[in-house]
Amino acid sequence: MGTTEKIREIAAGLLRDGKVDVVIGYGPGTLPLRSTPLFARTVEEAERLIWDATCGNNLAVYLPGRKDRVGIVVKGCDSRAVVQLIHENQIAREQVFVIGVPCAGIIDRRQVEAAVEREIRAAREEGAELVVEGDGWSRRFNREEVLYGACRTCRHNNPVLYDALAGEPLPPRDGGPTLVEIWEKKPAGERRDFILSEMARCIRCYACRNACPMCYCTECFVDSSTPRWLGRATDAGENLFFQIGRVLHLAGRCVACGACSRACPMDIKLGLLLGKMNKDVLELFGHEAGLNPEEPPALNAFRPDDPETFLLGK
Amino acid sequence: MIIRKERVNDFLNGLRAGYRLYAPVQTQAGPVFAPVNGATGWSWPAGNTLKSAKEVFLPQTETLFTYRTSLDGVQVEEARVEGRVVLLGVRPCDARSLTMLDKVFAGEGVRDPYYTARRENTVVLGLACNEPCGTCFCTSLGGSPFGTAGCDLLWVDLGDRYLVRVLTDRGKALVEGRPEFAPAGDADLAAARELEEGALGRMGTVPVQGVKEKLDRLFADPLWDRVYEKCLGCGTCTYLCPTCHCFDLTDEVIDGLGVRLRTWDACMYPLFTLHASGHNPRPTQKERFRQRIMHKFKYFVDNFRETACVGCGRCIRYCPVNIDIRAVLAEISAG
Repeated sequence: MGTTEKIREIAAGLLRDGKVDVVIGYGPGTLPLRSTPLFARTVEEAERLIWDATCGNNLAVYLPGRKDRVGIVVKGCDSRAVVQLIHENQIAREQVFVIGVPCAGIIDRRQVEAAVEREIRAAREEGAELVVEGDGWSRRFNREEVLYGACRTCRHNNPVLYDALAGEPLPPRDGGPTLVEIWEKKPAGERRDFILSEMARCIRCYACRNACPMCYCTECFVDSSTPRWLGRATDAGENLFFQIGRVLHLAGRCVACGACSRACPMDIKLGLLLGKMNKDVLELFGHEAGLNPEEPPALNAFRPDDPETFLLGK
Repeated sequence: MIIRKERVNDFLNGLRAGYRLYAPVQTQAGPVFAPVNGATGWSWPAGNTLKSAKEVFLPQTETLFTYRTSLDGVQVEEARVEGRVVLLGVRPCDARSLTMLDKVFAGEGVRDPYYTARRENTVVLGLACNEPCGTCFCTSLGGSPFGTAGCDLLWVDLGDRYLVRVLTDRGKALVEGRPEFAPAGDADLAAARELEEGALGRMGTVPVQGVKEKLDRLFADPLWDRVYEKCLGCGTCTYLCPTCHCFDLTDEVIDGLGVRLRTWDACMYPLFTLHASGHNPRPTQKERFRQRIMHKFKYFVDNFRETACVGCGRCIRYCPVNIDIRAVLAEISAG
């Protein structure tokens, strides 16, 4: 039985038995290389659920503050968000039925579009290959080569928390150095110029923030009018201030799912800033967000030997 | 008229004496309109630009005036709109959107001086779509891949040359008497007609007939409970949309030096309708999503007898959760 069928079977069972009110999963998108979040409330609607390498959205974004009982389809990274949200009391463990999917990586559609330089009219997976087609042409890609950078080096491709698993666990990847490890070796000036040029593109649509399961503040600091923390002008400086604020607020909380980068219409490499923060938290506090349901988040725990390099005089 | 492609460079260089040129410049994420020097550093995009042409007339961030407050009072200095511009390579959907923005910013009664000055100073050089994209649906909304609304000139790519349609006096002033142009022959016109028919044949259709009348009575319909549900509440659709035009006004003051800014705003954001009392008439994403649809397909029609959507497809292409306005319209039609 394929993963899609397995998800449908689990979801239909949950809905039929009244164990959940809704199953949040993926349905077919309206464009090639796209899927779309699907809220299934009936057994019939559960029949429309799918799983493939376009299921990139982190559906945990729909969890905070829910009052109903919910089944949710999660990849490895998404499951970490569920764990973190439970830690942060945004959803109760008993409220969620986690349908875990071992994930072989999500296709970076922008990378594929850039490679073909033409409009893609259809796409499908054939084994280890991705086939894309346009008007009178078709091209094959090695699926592995067109995955998101974060997926190629993902070490948590199996869900860390689940009530049912749709598929066999996959071997963890060891994809070599991450983009952050490569990037942080560059000279400071080069990194600064790169970040500012990325930030200059930002249109402050806040897709990054809104796609992030951890960005659930009732009022984001950028939306506060009294006091106004952030200017309304869209320029590299203000944009950078927004992103720095967001990254710092996600310290020890970011689950590195890449939802922010994927949502960004301007293709800004947000994963670099967050990845660097995650790396610092791991090196300083030995913590990765959402990996262990039993372990408190880095900012919720104090150990006498925590590094305090930020204190004056140290 | 006809201009051969190898002569376009001469034409553009000739324009530089009297105009600043804006054209689609490639960025990491896609092409956007930006200042260019002549024919290099940019290209006609295959499909549409990532951001629409509206930002040339209604910039995302715009200084309206600056002021200085002191014990002597307030001195105000108005920001000036720069000189003449030629905007190169605007697709017919984007050009048509300008005629809709005109109704808001340069219509009867209200004339926004900044927007109006830019419109009057700018020549819109349109580029017909020989190959519409899969997300294009302009013909369903009264537009056309070869439409001329909002254009001063419309160029049609005939392979080694462009057919140039002169549509306004402003457009005529740009090309009249220029040595790079020659009269078009019957073969040129026939070639353009064939391309136009080909483009029209590729267009998808979206059921928009009767949507306005449906929306007149759908405000409280349970339909909205479903269609908004996956919306993240970001502003991608509105900010990339050529007809969305809502803005915010803020004063940013440091040490008595003030700037009044006009910046894009979006009905997708909670702050957009938050009252000073703390009350928000659109408290959840459901009401905000409904507002976006209602504004385009009902309120704008009520106000200006026109639908505020040109079918460019940007919201479909760039929505992070693949909310497809064509599907929403189909659901409204069926509702």
